[in-house]
Amino acid sequence: MKLITAVVKPHKLDEIKEALQAFGVHGLTVTEASGYGRQRGHTEVYRGAEYTVDLVPKIRIEVLVDDADADQLIEVVVSAARTGKIGDGKVWAVPVETAVRVRTGERGPDAL
Amino acid sequence: MAPAITFAADEISSADTGFMLICSALVMLMTPGLAFFYGGMVRVKSALNMLMMSFISLGIVTVLWVLYGFSLAFGTDTGSLIGWDSDYVGLSGIDKAEVWSGYTIPTLVFAVFQLMFAVLTPALISGALADRVKFAAWSLFVVLWVSVVYFPVAHWVWGTGGWAFELGVIDFAGGTAVHINAGAAALGVILVIGKRAGFKKDPMRPHSMPLVMLGAGLLWFGWFGFNAGSWLGNSDGVGALMFVNTQVATGAAVLAWLVYEKVRHGACTTLGAASGAVAGLVAITPAGGAVSPIGAIAIGVIAGVLCAMAVGLKYKLNYDDSLDVVGVHLVGGIVGSLLIGLFATGKGQSEVAGLFYGGGLDQLWKQAAGVFGVLAYSLVASAVLALLIHKTIGMRVDEEQEISGIDQAEHAETAYDFSGVGSSSAKPTVPARAESNKVDA
Repeated sequence: MKLITAVVKPHKLDEIKEALQAFGVHGLTVTEASGYGRQRGHTEVYRGAEYTVDLVPKIRIEVLVDDADADQLIEVVVSAARTGKIGDGKVWAVPVETAVRVRTGERGPDAL
Repeated sequence: MAPAITFAADEISSADTGFMLICSALVMLMTPGLAFFYGGMVRVKSALNMLMMSFISLGIVTVLWVLYGFSLAFGTDTGSLIGWDSDYVGLSGIDKAEVWSGYTIPTLVFAVFQLMFAVLTPALISGALADRVKFAAWSLFVVLWVSVVYFPVAHWVWGTGGWAFELGVIDFAGGTAVHINAGAAALGVILVIGKRAGFKKDPMRPHSMPLVMLGAGLLWFGWFGFNAGSWLGNSDGVGALMFVNTQVATGAAVLAWLVYEKVRHGACTTLGAASGAVAGLVAITPAGGAVSPIGAIAIGVIAGVLCAMAVGLKYKLNYDDSLDVVGVHLVGGIVGSLLIGLFATGKGQSEVAGLFYGGGLDQLWKQAAGVFGVLAYSLVASAVLALLIHKTIGMRVDEEQEISGIDQAEHAETAYDFSGVGSSSAKPTVPARAESNKVDA
């Protein structure tokens, strides 16, 4: 199994959710995150004083998938999240040792 | 304030009385309005303290005004410096039907209208002291400051026999007595207590611009009572001129500030619009009864631009006028007070004309004398009072408390509940005294 994590622009969440549902993903976890990549933050002006806001709001989406589906799922997330402008975010995958469905106690891919 | 020049005076008019009671309520609303204006501009961790510094004035000054403030400000003059009238002590010797001499309203109505001004003025100072002043020290400062500075200065400017009043300084609704006074006091205090921790280093972004706009709106609304009411209901049209000029100058100042910052910083900001409104209101306060609506536009534009320039000075001169009380109220008050000397038409509240209307420099010098006298006294006296408190009980909270947030340290509250599920536990019992200063965060 793999854990796919995507840190993306907040307004892309709905598109990504729909794309994942269409792909057959049954569940995901979303957290509000903040950070910066190459786009850095942005500047705000209050009574002439400039403030650099380093951390911009992002959404972090986490999905557990079977190894076989991982590459394709990454592709689905990436294409749904892309605007082509700087600040679109990152998607990565890490191996997961095990997963358990709390209600039934099923383990491994059966738990997904 | 009006020289006593009118009509069917010394007989109570129910229209004027009703109008002035409404104006008093409008001016009262300015203090909570100011609290929101300031409160939105500070960081989340000190929003409540900022609100409370204004709100406490409604308590303290209300009581002091009744006890002795009205007597000091509007009692019989001594030496052109201070008033006293034992009938005014506790307002207890004033019959409810007694007429304020020369006008058409009860003395009690005049007293409560002026009370609202006395409440607002120390609250204005608090904006310079954001995030760092002990609540007890601030409360004590308000007690001392209104007693030593506001009550006498109100007498100088508006009380019969006061030196500025007798000299002929025009201050319709408080450009000198309220705004220059508060702005100079703010400067005096911050020179004593110093900067916020992290000034010029940490970002100190306003935490809620909508609150600032709400506060600016309430101030603008209340200001009609403050300004138009200062003619005390006389029906010669000067109150109406003041009302119109209040709107006109404020609108012009909003535009001026926005254009200035668009050119200078590239954006029209909500804080710029709110600040421009307050700058315009401040500047027209002394002047609105003496100038034409075109003059009001000029005053609004000049005040908007000059105040927008002035708020940057604190970074260059390195003093922490946190929310620009000096930059907006002192500068705006000076602008409005001096410009009377140029724009007074001679057809408003009096026949005194300014330089542009054939009156020469005479009124300008008088205005300058009023400005300088109030500014110098308030600056020095306020600095001395702050120093007195600073050396005894201390003006500032511990740096650690300041950094972690004055709201929790001084008020045992936080402005907003950002905590998620399970981060605090309900305690149905009354907390012990020792625990009452702690906040679950």
